[in-house]
Amino acid sequence: MSEAIKLHYDVDGRDFTRAGEASGKIKKTLKDIGFPPEIIRNTAIAVYEAEINLVIHAGGGEIDVEIAPDYVEVILTDHGPGIENVELAMQEGYSTAPDQVRALGFGAGMGLPNIKKYTDEMKIDTVLGEGTVMTLKIYVK
Amino acid sequence: MSDFYHSVRLDSEKCRGCTNCIKRCPTGAIRVREGKAHIIKERCIDCGECIRVCPYHAKSAEYDSLEEIHKFKYKVAVPAPALYGQFNNLDDVDYVLTALKKLGFDDVVEVAKAAELVSDATRKLFEQGILRKPVISSACPAVVRLIRVNYPNLIEHVVPLTSPMEVAGGIAREKARKETGLSDEDIGVFFISPCPAKITALKSPVCLEKSNLNGAIAIKDIYPALVHEMNHLTETQPIKDSGVIGVGWATGGGEANSLLKDNCLAADGIDNVINILNELEDEKLPDIDFIELNACTGGCVGGALTYENPYVAKARIKRLRKYLPVSCNRLDTVDVPDNMFWHKTLVATDVMKLADTVPEAMRKMAEKREILDKLPGLDCGTCGAPSCAALADDIVRGFASEKDCVFMLRDQLSGIDRELIPAPYRAKEKDE
Repeated sequence: MSEAIKLHYDVDGRDFTRAGEASGKIKKTLKDIGFPPEIIRNTAIAVYEAEINLVIHAGGGEIDVEIAPDYVEVILTDHGPGIENVELAMQEGYSTAPDQVRALGFGAGMGLPNIKKYTDEMKIDTVLGEGTVMTLKIYVK
Repeated sequence: MSDFYHSVRLDSEKCRGCTNCIKRCPTGAIRVREGKAHIIKERCIDCGECIRVCPYHAKSAEYDSLEEIHKFKYKVAVPAPALYGQFNNLDDVDYVLTALKKLGFDDVVEVAKAAELVSDATRKLFEQGILRKPVISSACPAVVRLIRVNYPNLIEHVVPLTSPMEVAGGIAREKARKETGLSDEDIGVFFISPCPAKITALKSPVCLEKSNLNGAIAIKDIYPALVHEMNHLTETQPIKDSGVIGVGWATGGGEANSLLKDNCLAADGIDNVINILNELEDEKLPDIDFIELNACTGGCVGGALTYENPYVAKARIKRLRKYLPVSCNRLDTVDVPDNMFWHKTLVATDVMKLADTVPEAMRKMAEKREILDKLPGLDCGTCGAPSCAALADDIVRGFASEKDCVFMLRDQLSGIDRELIPAPYRAKEKDE
């Protein structure tokens, strides 16, 4: 069994033009390893959504990835405001994104539902005023 | 012919082993080894970027000379519409088409005519709702190849129709057979090409058993002779059979416009194409129905084998279109005829994969990351690879060594002079 590959990225919360950089690099790594296309796609979409969330809501954060032959785990950590009502946030169309973010085409309230759709496991640990840790897992079947 | 045939060639006499082409290649397919550039044939997509950027003109494309056509009893020219953008003050395409006949061709069949049929076929497939959206055009062979090499996920979005070049070749061949009664061996159908990718596509077709064309002549090669003939024409023959839609395919956006749909996107220039493919792969373009992608800036008028600047050519095509009807060709069948579909499905190549199995690839990936940490990160290209990451990749694949990096080598050498001095006489190092 080969050892898991660990990747770490800092996501800048002030720079919208760079949002998506980390998920792009993660996708490239998975592609080079030769994972099945649907694993790459699902991971890329879920991590992109989560990365955008870090920028929109949390003022940035960190992404840690663990790649093993049979799974990809992504942990997104931020020190933002936390999610007040996780259940509500998981509903399609619910969004707390500010207007200037919506003007850019984001904030449609599909972020979290999409992340759930494209991952096998999704765990949110959030404390109001302290931050959120989101753990995503995608299994290679 | 091999799946990895390429029309882009290197003249090693002219090559000085500089870093221009390795830096510009969009698929990282060129390395400098022993002072000369080498094309990794599995990765090359024949986009022609290296031909454009080489200051020593060491890169070129393989194409036929005009003399080749005389090997055949009956010769047909199949000109790309990009040819029409090469001439100053042209207001009638028949000048160009008649001049082609003066150069020795017995007949001329426009690719623009076939393009109108492909547009019609694509519209029909859209109506039938059998295409996977967003639909990606299959007209630019460099883009199709790029998708095969780098975007296996997107293969099923590519329209499974043969290109206007092949459709025109088919029409030309059929017409010649009927009119002359000659057999296929005696009929020579030649594409007048704006780019190396189309030449590769006809020499080594990806989704066809056999091309309808016998060869290709570069626009820039035939240009001087053609201009000469055009200047000496006393009258033109009524040959042209295409309208705004067909001729419009010469420039970026022409194909997308021809579908008469609202949600179309057209991108040209290889870097822009790659950006769009990346977004598509991440499903960031859900509202788009059709995507036209051209590897060359400006579309086919920007091809590496054209003569004129793409923007000038584009302006001329625009002017020319003013005098044309919207379209001259439609399919006369309800369904798209079988011979317009690919004969074979498009398959991905896995040339970029690090290893055959995931665990082995992961081991190599870990090793690659370790090597990359040690490299200076300057992407200087002196090692012959386009970037430090590419060198690290080459090392784990066994094609290069750390010593190929001049900075790594310098660090290794800097200790040697010290080693030569017997230990008791060595000067103390700071950290000792």
